[in-house]
Amino acid sequence: MDNTNKKKKKLSRRKFLVRGGLGTLGVLAVGTYVFRNPLRRQILSFANSMDMSYMGSGIEPMIWFEVTSDNKIVLHSPKVEMGQGTFTGIAQMAADELDVEMDQIQVIHASTDTGNIDTFSTGGSTSIAGLWQPLRELAATLREMIKTEGAKKLGVTVGEVTSGKAQLTGGGKTISYADAVKDVTAWKVPDTPPLRDIKDYKFVGKPVARIDLEAKVFGDPIFGLDAEMTNMLYGSVIRPNKIGAKYVSADTSKAENMPGVVKIIVEEDFVGVVANSYIEAENAKNAVEVQWDVDRNWSSEDIKELLKVGNGNPSLIQKEGSDIDTSEEVIKMEFGSPIGAHAQIEPNGVLASVETNKATIKISTQVVNLTRKEVAKRLGFKDEQVNIIPTYLGGGFGRRLHTPHAAQAAVMSKAVGKPVKYCFTRKEEFQHDMFRPPTHHILKANLDASGMIKAIRHDFSSGDVAIDSAILPGFLNTILGADVGAIRGGFCQYGTIPNIRTVSWHVELPFATSWWRSLGLLANTFAWESFMDELALKSSKDPVSFRLAHIPNDEAGKRLKAVIQAAAEKAKYSDEVVNGRAMGFAASTDAGTPCAQVAEVSLENGKIKVHKVTCAMDPGIAVNPDQVRAQCEGSIIMGISASLYEKMEVTDGELTPTIYGPYQMALMKHAPKEIDVVLLQGIDKPGPVGEPPLGPIGAAIANAVYRLTGERLTHMPLQA
Amino acid sequence: MTISFQLNGKPQMVDIADGNTPLLWVVRDMLDHKGTKFGCGKAACGACTLLIDGEAVRSCSYAVKFAEGKSVTTIEGLGTHENPHPVQQAWIEEIVPQCGYCQPGFMMATAAFLEKNPTPTDEDIDNNIINVCRCGTYYRMRKAIHRAAQIKAESANPTNS
Repeated sequence: MDNTNKKKKKLSRRKFLVRGGLGTLGVLAVGTYVFRNPLRRQILSFANSMDMSYMGSGIEPMIWFEVTSDNKIVLHSPKVEMGQGTFTGIAQMAADELDVEMDQIQVIHASTDTGNIDTFSTGGSTSIAGLWQPLRELAATLREMIKTEGAKKLGVTVGEVTSGKAQLTGGGKTISYADAVKDVTAWKVPDTPPLRDIKDYKFVGKPVARIDLEAKVFGDPIFGLDAEMTNMLYGSVIRPNKIGAKYVSADTSKAENMPGVVKIIVEEDFVGVVANSYIEAENAKNAVEVQWDVDRNWSSEDIKELLKVGNGNPSLIQKEGSDIDTSEEVIKMEFGSPIGAHAQIEPNGVLASVETNKATIKISTQVVNLTRKEVAKRLGFKDEQVNIIPTYLGGGFGRRLHTPHAAQAAVMSKAVGKPVKYCFTRKEEFQHDMFRPPTHHILKANLDASGMIKAIRHDFSSGDVAIDSAILPGFLNTILGADVGAIRGGFCQYGTIPNIRTVSWHVELPFATSWWRSLGLLANTFAWESFMDELALKSSKDPVSFRLAHIPNDEAGKRLKAVIQAAAEKAKYSDEVVNGRAMGFAASTDAGTPCAQVAEVSLENGKIKVHKVTCAMDPGIAVNPDQVRAQCEGSIIMGISASLYEKMEVTDGELTPTIYGPYQMALMKHAPKEIDVVLLQGIDKPGPVGEPPLGPIGAAIANAVYRLTGERLTHMPLQA
Repeated sequence: MTISFQLNGKPQMVDIADGNTPLLWVVRDMLDHKGTKFGCGKAACGACTLLIDGEAVRSCSYAVKFAEGKSVTTIEGLGTHENPHPVQQAWIEEIVPQCGYCQPGFMMATAAFLEKNPTPTDEDIDNNIINVCRCGTYYRMRKAIHRAAQIKAESANPTNS
């Protein structure tokens, strides 16, 4: 990565972030984090296990940081906070290089007006990993800049100044950072200073409390739907119940006379209602009579047929040695996973204010830059005329990588000349989600005389994940030949097997599917690791040593082996059923992070009960071990939910159910009593955390159930 | 129609055309208390849970007219930064929230629950706290509920602590 001083820019006089009585500190460049060929890198990065480096426009410390007059550092984050703890992690990283305490640093979402824009997205478990190097360098550079200015005020040389707790000391005097930098009009630009040794950090690597903890415990108005503006009205957009329904016409006469209605907006691609309150907008929406054209009433059976391996377009994505030898005994199993909903608790929503020459948008989004471009395009504005003010997300999980509702709200705001806020109903959330695609898997293998796997083949079929997503270049799939999201977790990680074939089958489904936390990992690992369990039993080996025997001794292999051994040891893994409880084992590597889990399961009145999950993961450096644990706990519970209970059906052309409850999810009673997380550090940088622990849980549970019942559950949801 | 009730201990009067409007929207949009969240509108997720005369109520499905003369408590009235409610204190100690959106509803449900059952077992918690959290914070919540019960007991009987 080109992050040296070679590209140092001339100081510019652009003004950013005037706030708190202190003017901007000026602007300088300390290097660039924009790749010379970002597209090429993007593609290669995806191909290379989704290990994404940070891609953004903010290359200058003063776009990232401000020093307020009350001596606080404000970090304007281009990454959004959706619960994953990124704000806390980047605050720790910055505080340690800036020499400030945790309570002296605040993190807020960077609005696009600041110029600090992540040009891609917040997702893929990349935020901390991607910002690790550039953010610390930016912070260290700012610290040196502050020291340079402070030295002048203290009347000493820079070398005589020491920094700590947002204060500078030198020549027997102490001044605050704020005092050091006030009145600065021209900066001396230091070389990027060397970063500190990780072991000298005060906050990185420590389980400090989330910096958004109190805001979230006291109910502060931090979320997208909490946003307000003066004279704001409430909008609503009509959506069809049926899959593939095309808008024909609308009779709005009844709705126009409903109480509180301000305007009905009929566009080519949507019909919106604007009213004085949320309820009035919803009531009026329900009174609009829309004609829809529906070609076909889809059913779950139709989808299942479309999805069968062999019916889509195949891409060979992994090829070692020869294909499976069908003249010998072939062990074959089929697996499947259902359509999954995001079901994040904060519905999608947006507040838009459109004026003659500018638009302001407050929104929970994972794609700040894309949201801005879509709004600008719809309004005929330049990007610079649209300011996106991101808010905290009431859950992301990939759902907010799609925000066409922002442009709709902008159209409604423009039509009524006032700010308009609108959000999805829960029914709309369930019927118009960008679902996790259903999958179908066929796994085949030959074993040799010693019980080792001689050849293995995984064919899996999935709807779109990355393909057709607006956040990726459209031709990406033709370069890689397969959907880069659907394939996640689909590869064989047991590299000593001499003959491997992995084939990804892409299917076009009649409804939208896309990014769902961990993408293909959830279903692919369920299939792979259930099959590995079966093969271990067939070869009369225990599932732990059977796996270990098929993993190579390269760096990735060593890390995978280490988490497998750590999980097995910590859980005291055993094949025995003790007191009605059995253990199941599974492991996966996602985006470079290996994770192994042991689920301890019993059957209570025929229902699967998960008592304990042991999780060993190697995310590299855990910037905040407590929040890495929280991500493991959350992933395990979300994975229990998705594996055991969740399922969307297609009934008479409609996606159902449309409400929590009938869309069964894990509740408190389904959460394990014990989740034991073991963190290893096999690399000297932070790796992806938020998705990898979703991989093993489904297979770990199913493998435990097999030990209890002798029945192998092959289709999610397992507790159907 | 005019409806009068107590909101977080203060008298509140709202003038509203439709008394069937859910209390949730009155609290959020008319009275600007944004801590009570909209999740589903069908009393299925619990994000909108608040207290009415001490009882946990899912306010998305509770007509404002029924609040007449009653005492409504939202997360903003549960405790303060200086003087947090035991449930909030426990939530902070256990670092429960992730995205945080469902958390006020859970904390309100827990506050009401602990009034009735000050020493709950795991099973009591599992059977009574039935809101939905998508981030999967249940594991820490269960610990925090036990901790809240302990804090509550200690503050009620300071000499026993």
